[in-house]
Amino acid sequence: MEVDEATVRRIARLARIRITDDEARSLEGELSGILGWVEQLGEVDTDGVEPMTSVVPIELKMRDDVVTDGDKAADVTANAPMSEDGFYVVPKVVE
Amino acid sequence: MSDLTKLTLTEARDGLASGAFTASELTDAFLATIETSNRHLNAYITTTAEAARAAASEADARYAKGEARLLEGLPLGVKDLFATKGHHTQAASHVLDAFKPPYESTVTQNLWDAGAVMLGKLNMDEFAMGSSNETSYYGPVVSPWRRRNANGDLTNDPLVPGGSSGGSAAAVAADLCLAATATDTGGSIRQPAALTGTVGLKPTYGRCSRWGIVAFASSLDQAGPIAKTVADAALMTQVMASHDPKDSTSVDVPVSDYSTELGQSIKGLRVGVPKEYRIDGMAAETERLWQQGIEWLKDAGATIHEISLPHTKYALPAYYIVAPAEASSNLARYDGVRYGLRVAGDDLIDTYERSRAEGFGREVKRRVLIGTYVLSAGYYDAYYLKAQKVRTLIKQDFDKAWDAVDVVLTPTTPSPAFAQGEKSGDPIAMYLEDIFTVTVNMAGLPGLSVPAGLSGEGTPMGLQLIAKPFDEPTLFRAGHVIEQAAGRFTPTTRWWVEG
Repeated sequence: MEVDEATVRRIARLARIRITDDEARSLEGELSGILGWVEQLGEVDTDGVEPMTSVVPIELKMRDDVVTDGDKAADVTANAPMSEDGFYVVPKVVE
Repeated sequence: MSDLTKLTLTEARDGLASGAFTASELTDAFLATIETSNRHLNAYITTTAEAARAAASEADARYAKGEARLLEGLPLGVKDLFATKGHHTQAASHVLDAFKPPYESTVTQNLWDAGAVMLGKLNMDEFAMGSSNETSYYGPVVSPWRRRNANGDLTNDPLVPGGSSGGSAAAVAADLCLAATATDTGGSIRQPAALTGTVGLKPTYGRCSRWGIVAFASSLDQAGPIAKTVADAALMTQVMASHDPKDSTSVDVPVSDYSTELGQSIKGLRVGVPKEYRIDGMAAETERLWQQGIEWLKDAGATIHEISLPHTKYALPAYYIVAPAEASSNLARYDGVRYGLRVAGDDLIDTYERSRAEGFGREVKRRVLIGTYVLSAGYYDAYYLKAQKVRTLIKQDFDKAWDAVDVVLTPTTPSPAFAQGEKSGDPIAMYLEDIFTVTVNMAGLPGLSVPAGLSGEGTPMGLQLIAKPFDEPTLFRAGHVIEQAAGRFTPTTRWWVEG
């Protein structure tokens, strides 16, 4: 599958990763190469095959619906680049 | 005293129990050798000397009182992917700059609860994406192994230790720790183990808790040990494995005393040899090693059966859809808001885009973009869903095989360690390193790599054993047989050791 530069830029925007013009050009080739290589999966007949959604067939464990954690605002924000009063500080979101 | 570092985990434990040396002496020996030797290998990103010495003191007190736990006083290295409370945890990435978790991963907590000592955090490929430990923000890891030329002299080219757990494998092989924690998503424990002459186990998916391990691909990731011997790996696994209510994919199956498997007979064990693993262009010495492994198991009473795993060749391309897809989701959280690197932008989205662009390395970006693409509208069915269906077929191949055999034997890697830079040009050339290992992650099975021989250039080669879910006991039993026949392989010239 060939991806063109416009597609690379669209995906980079979806992935929220800024790419330079040079990167866009080299990624075009790299991503096309990888996507071309995985095309071989088209050779496999998967009619009637269920996608694997559970690696080991187990039932999801349940627990009582009670609060067992919390009151750790200081811990939670300890690694933040910018925080204040238990909030994360970010650039203003303009609407 | 530096000879203490050459001991195996179980030998060191016996030495501490008998009072031959103290836990403090043992830890100091490792800290000293790391200080002088790590610069040659770059296996450790950081050491935790103060915490190590404190833990060693406590261990000595416990030995004196006769209260030693399973791993009391034994110094280990921890892959940088595991959250270690208050210590550097960055998955070897710039995007998690300065991150120090206020919590401990379940797997490492199990180790500290058993009395083990943490020496430091081990280098790895960034976000566990790689097969050579060349993508770390902290620079590549160098293997303690070197090739020998035709005259038998050691060459100077730095070799890769494999990846992503390259730091773990190099540290164990170079005696910079007794054993190490590692993780395996497509081969990241087994491949570096094979390239460094160490033992590496990827347990069954769900055997070890993933809580507190930086997530790469959540349906494939699994923690496991890299160690000097099969006995050491068995002991490590016993402590690392547990049921964890904080990990919903953690399976509630009792952990057995894996050490009791060592030395047990494999008479009547049915060993499967999958014909699809005999790939075009496979090195003659890899084929010979495989045959040798077959003979060793036969000599020990096992029966050998050729089996077919027809979808083998599709495991790698399917993996390179599923793993990047899951990674693109797991790495979406690194946005510079709550932790890690923040690069100021014009607005919020610009901040995200700049932080991630500067924080992520090339390979990580590549995989996040592939993942984003295959999950995007219009492509999800053709790629991700298709790959997940192929995954079911891969698992079914193994399910059918278990009717006829109890364990499967393959080479671990197509070839031994390569030199730094040798495979950096083409991403797919690097991806092919995992051709024998990815099937095991895709099927959720346990896999063990055991050192089995040296290449013509004097570098290690490993054999891989694959078993049914939760049948780690058979892996240790058969792995021990191979180890007894093959012997141990350590670099004869310890060029990285100073003083």
